[in-house]
Amino acid sequence: MLELSNINVYYGGVHALKNISLKIKEGEIVTLIGANGAGKSTTLKAISGMEKLRSGEIKFNGEDINSLNVPSIVKLGISHVPEGRRIFSKMSVMENLEMGAYIRDHKEDIKKDFENIFSLFPRLFERKSQMAGTLSGGEQQMLAIGRALMSRPKLILLDEPSMGLAPIIVKEIFSIIKDINKSGTTVLLVEQNANMALNVADRAYIIRNGEIEMEGNSKKILVDERLKKAYLEG
Amino acid sequence: MEQLLQQLINGISLGSIYALIALGYTMVYGIINLINFAHGDIYMIGAYVGFALTTFLGLGFFPSLLISMLVCSILGMIIEKVAYKPIRNSTRIAALITAISVSLFLEYTMVYFVKPDTRTFPEVLQSKILTLFNGKIIIDLKNIYIILITILLMAGLQYVVHKTKVGKAMRAVSLDKNAAELMGVDVNKTISYTFAIGSSLAGAAGVLVGVYYNTINPLMGVVPGLKAFVAAVLGGIGIIPGAVFGGFFLGMTETLVSAYGGSVFKDAVAFSILIIVLLIKPNGLLGKTIKEKV
Repeated sequence: MLELSNINVYYGGVHALKNISLKIKEGEIVTLIGANGAGKSTTLKAISGMEKLRSGEIKFNGEDINSLNVPSIVKLGISHVPEGRRIFSKMSVMENLEMGAYIRDHKEDIKKDFENIFSLFPRLFERKSQMAGTLSGGEQQMLAIGRALMSRPKLILLDEPSMGLAPIIVKEIFSIIKDINKSGTTVLLVEQNANMALNVADRAYIIRNGEIEMEGNSKKILVDERLKKAYLEG
Repeated sequence: MEQLLQQLINGISLGSIYALIALGYTMVYGIINLINFAHGDIYMIGAYVGFALTTFLGLGFFPSLLISMLVCSILGMIIEKVAYKPIRNSTRIAALITAISVSLFLEYTMVYFVKPDTRTFPEVLQSKILTLFNGKIIIDLKNIYIILITILLMAGLQYVVHKTKVGKAMRAVSLDKNAAELMGVDVNKTISYTFAIGSSLAGAAGVLVGVYYNTINPLMGVVPGLKAFVAAVLGGIGIIPGAVFGGFFLGMTETLVSAYGGSVFKDAVAFSILIIVLLIKPNGLLGKTIKEKV
């Protein structure tokens, strides 16, 4: 479904992504884990068009997307939940969700999707006319995910959904990520919380200093003591 | 008492004009953090377009108002494309200097083409005097037109900003450009629409002033432009209701100061109020510093 081949991204003079190649099949949950500054967020930004590539190729369902701008990539079915949630703080919860459906026109379908989102996140329904900036951190993360789902993506990119949240909320969010995947959305999950991420994911890529260091079945990585020492506990 | 009421009516009319211009300032600032100093000159061009349509084409008041709004919105979009878009990511001082240059460019281009003389706006609205309280209060029908049209335009703006897709996109872009883009919003187009809407309101203000005061000239936008800027800052720049509030507040203060013998000081009073408000509430009267949870 998504294929990155040898992409290179520079931040000013810094070589942020070095020949990253990565593949995601339809229906999978794939996680990209690594330390702070390893290039996880940059990889997501490269996919959604927020960072331009120096070289390399990104294909989505066979179509070359590296030269497209952000809105056109959204329209193809890739929805990016950015790091730090980036909800519209001075708009209501409902308006945030409406913004998520910005690229869609069919009013009835959109209405149905509001209901789906609210059944996935009942807490958002309780707060639907509240300003988004007044929500708790966990609720804001739910809103950010709900907003991204409103575009009916084929692939959702999640950047650190567990950041700054209490463990119990993190669990809730991860179980929702599984639900989203079960209902047919492919997931690319970037996480620092490697244990949680490996538990929900089918496959994992480990990134270090802008390079993919290894790739494999996430359950195997999870039980591999050597890997655990090297990447997950340091 | 009668005098106070009389002056309040005049104050609301003047305030309407300030408020209409201030809206454009505040919308543009809200979306790209630019003080568009050329905004007062768009208002001047609105007045001239209205003048040309009524004088040379003999059009009536309402068609002239609408066409003038349309012309100004196109002008606003062109100014944004040509002057502001290329420097969107440069320093604020560069943007400010560009805005001042655009302002001077519009003023003196108009001086060149229409001559610096003051022109008389034709009587497109019949002056009809209404008297209340046994003739103690005089209201010109024009005041009522100005106030009603302003309210109508503001209601329309409120509807666009809160109920339509374009308006929501405008608010989203002003809150977080990158996040709006991730929703599929075309940021450039949205900024362009914001200029169009803000400029059309300035155009409307220009025609209304022409009708109300009857005289127009190419430098007429300078002082009202500054005043409207003050109004926008007073209410809290970037906040739409703040611009309306600031406009009316400034208009009333000025008329009351003039009425009670201080007409020489009215500008001094306006700017003094600004300074005092900014000392006490740096975000403007309606500006809030909302603490957001992270």
